[in-house]
Amino acid sequence: MSKERIKISPDLYDIMPSDYQDLVSSATYGKEDRGWKDIGTSKELIEQHSLCAGCPESMAFRYILASLPNPEDTVMVGSTGCTSLVFPMVAVHNIHSLFGNQNAIASGLKRALSVRFPDRVKDVVVLAGDGATVDIGLDMTLQAWFRQEKFTTICFDNELYANTGGQESGLMQKGFVAKMAPVGKLFDKVRLPEIARESGCHYVVNCTVSKPSLVEKVVRNAVLIAREIGPTYLQLYTPCILEIGKNSMEGLQEMRDSEKPTERFAFKEYISEPAKQLLAERDAKAKEKKAAAKQLVS
Amino acid sequence: MDPTSVIGTKNKKGQVFTDPRIMMREAPRTPSFYTGSEVIKEAIRRASIDVMIAYPITPQSEAAALIGELFAEGYIGDYFRGESEFAVMSQCAGAAFGGARVFTTTAGPGTMRAMENFPMWAGARLPIQCIVTCRGINSPLSIQPDTIEISYLMQTGMLVWHAETAQDFYDWILMGYMVSEEPEVHLPLALCCDGFFVTHTKDVVDLTPTDMCLPPYDPYRSPVPCMDMECPPVRMMRDPFIMKSNYISYATHASWQQEVWAAAERSRKHTIAWLNGLIETEDVDADVLIVTSGTAVSQGREAIRLLADEGIRVGLVKIKTLRPWPEEELKEATKHATHIIVPEFNVIGWMAKEIKATIPRSERVIAGPRVCGGMTMPPEIIVEEIKRALGVRSGTLAGRG
Repeated sequence: MSKERIKISPDLYDIMPSDYQDLVSSATYGKEDRGWKDIGTSKELIEQHSLCAGCPESMAFRYILASLPNPEDTVMVGSTGCTSLVFPMVAVHNIHSLFGNQNAIASGLKRALSVRFPDRVKDVVVLAGDGATVDIGLDMTLQAWFRQEKFTTICFDNELYANTGGQESGLMQKGFVAKMAPVGKLFDKVRLPEIARESGCHYVVNCTVSKPSLVEKVVRNAVLIAREIGPTYLQLYTPCILEIGKNSMEGLQEMRDSEKPTERFAFKEYISEPAKQLLAERDAKAKEKKAAAKQLVS
Repeated sequence: MDPTSVIGTKNKKGQVFTDPRIMMREAPRTPSFYTGSEVIKEAIRRASIDVMIAYPITPQSEAAALIGELFAEGYIGDYFRGESEFAVMSQCAGAAFGGARVFTTTAGPGTMRAMENFPMWAGARLPIQCIVTCRGINSPLSIQPDTIEISYLMQTGMLVWHAETAQDFYDWILMGYMVSEEPEVHLPLALCCDGFFVTHTKDVVDLTPTDMCLPPYDPYRSPVPCMDMECPPVRMMRDPFIMKSNYISYATHASWQQEVWAAAERSRKHTIAWLNGLIETEDVDADVLIVTSGTAVSQGREAIRLLADEGIRVGLVKIKTLRPWPEEELKEATKHATHIIVPEFNVIGWMAKEIKATIPRSERVIAGPRVCGGMTMPPEIIVEEIKRALGVRSGTLAGRG
């Protein structure tokens, strides 16, 4: 699909919802260099959300949707949790089915789309919380990576079960006192980025969403590498300000504090050799294009 | 794409996409001597399947592996082994959400492990077909035939059919997609059989020509959007229903569930046309009727033969579809009967309970004989049950060795 495909019949224009009119007139489907800078000037693919005021997850959602390289041919898969409150208002086809089965759904989906559209790019992106990715769905998360399924898995790591009210999760820090961890969590935060690398992911990033430009870069890399090579994994810190006792305006600072070099969300990136080659080729092409454009101007 | 537009053209294996009515009703049939598992393979060869996902569990493993051979031969779009039945059924859902015609198989504990997916399939209106080769789900571990898992499937919103023979299986796999994929139905189908008795025995089955296959699935006839970003996207709803505690949310969920069951009801007319009725009857004017489904029907036929030798006339009702449930048909078929014998391969007697809840004067229903845990059901125990009901003395079956 591209923007061409969502033109509204002139006779029906005035009765269409205004958010649909906006999607047709100023969304960025098909725009090659779309990114976080479009936010504020173009129609976003997220209409609104019912997350808490100041929730970093809402920022992450907006940056990711602005950064998808190919939203007109991208299908997203969610899971149960706070993300499932947002997905119904996203203008990209998305699937919610059960809690924790997101990577299984994505495996079947990607294969079906490959069978049905063998000559076209159809990206699949999973976006789920840490309970879905690491606890209840870990088996399916890992198995999709073992099988080298060609889609991106994004985990919104808020280090607890937010939507059910702040229970202990596998990605919670050791010692944190939470519901179902009444004396503090007794074991370490699960090291999923390392496990992802060992499980066959070709691109793994661990970071916060404090910098939209960084989110854009890693999302674009992850989707491209998944499309061409194999599974990719992004673990993004989206703190649940409610459950860690912060105010609405403190989410950004919490992320900045947690991404310092010695902290658990210091930027870490793993790129496999084939993925490095792919990114180098992409960058060389972009450079070439830029040079050609520059020459044309001069 | 209009599926009728491809009728007469060939797929990459040289099979001709054929009008299903011609393929199933008019095309010449070749008698073939196959196991039930091989029959599943032969049906799938002709079913234009896009994606099949497999997982080993007795007694469906052979069928699931044989379909892998079809994939290797190029008859199926994609095929892989999932990591558990829960994952497999979710993978099937993903493929169906993406617009594929999907097939899978499971059995017993696999059905139970996958169970969370089945109401989701129905609620998401995914016309996936799942063969269920029933076996015990109890502990201690059993791999033997037992139909108790069907009673769980019957509450999921799926269509549930129960095949008696390999011939039923062959025809119903192909016809099942035609019913499931009707836009006003668009529901998953659990096509059940009694494990081993059907899967691992050989029978003569009349097959349709190898060079004919079903027209492909058209996902754009679905009553819900296909998740492929081929149609204009817009946010799907203004507020997610999940977290809303208000009347509109409750009403939305309630009407959605009612619609799933209404869709199953709407499958009746299509099922009646394809299966030639939801039930099959013989001699229903007799005082005694055997009413059941699956291979218990076959054992009932033998019992009827034995009783006929003694001058006792017994009629038969074979129930083909459990969802939709043939309520009116059963009321009509049993109206003359004074004794309704319901032999079953499970400990709880779910079939007898369903029948009792359906027909007037339910005291006529005799909930048995029942065997379970892999026991066979000798026709003699059905004979014994009928004679007891009629007050006819018979020699004891005990100590037969």
